[in-house]
Amino acid sequence: MTKETHALEHKVISSWINNGASVLDLGCGDGELLSLLIRNNQVHAQGVELSEQAIHNCVSAGLSVFQQNIDTGLTEFSDKSLDYVILNQTLQQVKKPDFAIKEALRVGKKVIVGFPNFCYITNRLQIFFQGKVPVTPSLPYEWYDTPNLHFLSIADFREYSRKNKITIEDTAYIFKNRKIKLLPNLFGEVGLFLLSR
Amino acid sequence: MVETQKHLIDHLGIEKLLSVVGGSMGGIQVLQWMATYPNKIYSAVPIATTLKHTPQQIAFNEVGRQAVMFDPDWRNGEYYGHSPPVKGLALARMIGHITYMSDTSMMEKFGRKTRADKEPFKFSADYEVEGYLRYRGDNFVKRFDANSYLYLTKAIDNFNLLNGLALNSIFEGLGAKVLVLAFKSDWLYPTYQSQEIVKACKLAGVDASYCEITSTYGHDSFLLETKQETQLIGGFLKSVTLGSGNGNQT
Repeated sequence: MTKETHALEHKVISSWINNGASVLDLGCGDGELLSLLIRNNQVHAQGVELSEQAIHNCVSAGLSVFQQNIDTGLTEFSDKSLDYVILNQTLQQVKKPDFAIKEALRVGKKVIVGFPNFCYITNRLQIFFQGKVPVTPSLPYEWYDTPNLHFLSIADFREYSRKNKITIEDTAYIFKNRKIKLLPNLFGEVGLFLLSR
Repeated sequence: MVETQKHLIDHLGIEKLLSVVGGSMGGIQVLQWMATYPNKIYSAVPIATTLKHTPQQIAFNEVGRQAVMFDPDWRNGEYYGHSPPVKGLALARMIGHITYMSDTSMMEKFGRKTRADKEPFKFSADYEVEGYLRYRGDNFVKRFDANSYLYLTKAIDNFNLLNGLALNSIFEGLGAKVLVLAFKSDWLYPTYQSQEIVKACKLAGVDASYCEITSTYGHDSFLLETKQETQLIGGFLKSVTLGSGNGNQT
């Protein structure tokens, strides 16, 4: 993923969040997005992250974060106690994405999900012409050394939402560092969804 | 103990503390500050500690107390002016020391190394670990009073912040920022106990962070991993002083 794509993802997420809201970022990494949301949206921010080094960086930056595996659930939060729960570039790396989404929807009034679209055109071309598992800027890992456990497309996620009666309130698709509307499952490198239930 | 500390800061004319920080029994005091004087602290850092002792933790303390009380020199606590119960207290400290380490840290520190002049069935301290524990025990009695040991361990066992209260109510109204630290190899105060502290904070809407430090030193980690703790607590305190982080920036 290029820096510009990340910046655009963060911009989209920030545009979906009301000022002063409470936000929980699942898989917050170094807290880049949380810091941005505190600055731009004056949110009350919290993060969850598994990596010890990332937690160190967040605490040093003054962020409120806790080290936990999302796969064990969010028992420290009561139902609908947060305005937004964010799962950006996290879903494909958790063991139980279904459980993660449902926990996020339980504790959050709204949920923002962002992931690399596996059926993005470059990936399709690599599979078709090279006959190999795609290695691209949005999926930069070799098969033997990837944190990604699940691969999904924008179409897959839409189908999942429909089946689970999750309302998609807004979407954004990113192609070459800009937002697109045309054929998102083919041209969207990254899909972002604003959900509620 | 916290009451005494509160009297001290009142006497010194300190309105509000920047932070209360402590590990183990010190951490218990931090938790007591958070619960009893929420408006007197800007932040708190409980390290390798617990809201209440489990039966396993009470059991180790009880074995230590029994060691002291079995020593004939203890004389029901009336040993002042006589020779103090140093054997019992040293044994209590030896047991304690085992619980402060970990399987890995003991293996790394001692292995199965023996003294050159070992005498297998004279039951002297042949193995290095035996020598170490005896040394630790003997040293402890020079600076610690046996009755103090009994009272302190009992006070820790009796500590229970929950005491029938709901988890979400114990830190209600606490405005302080909290950083909870725990260590992966600490089996005396396992990480789930620290996670419960974080959970109590989160449920009460308290701004809390949690970090689990990778270390092989067991419970002793909180005294040894000073570099990591300095980095974490330093950054945390800076954010408390500067008011950076949540909702404070415009």
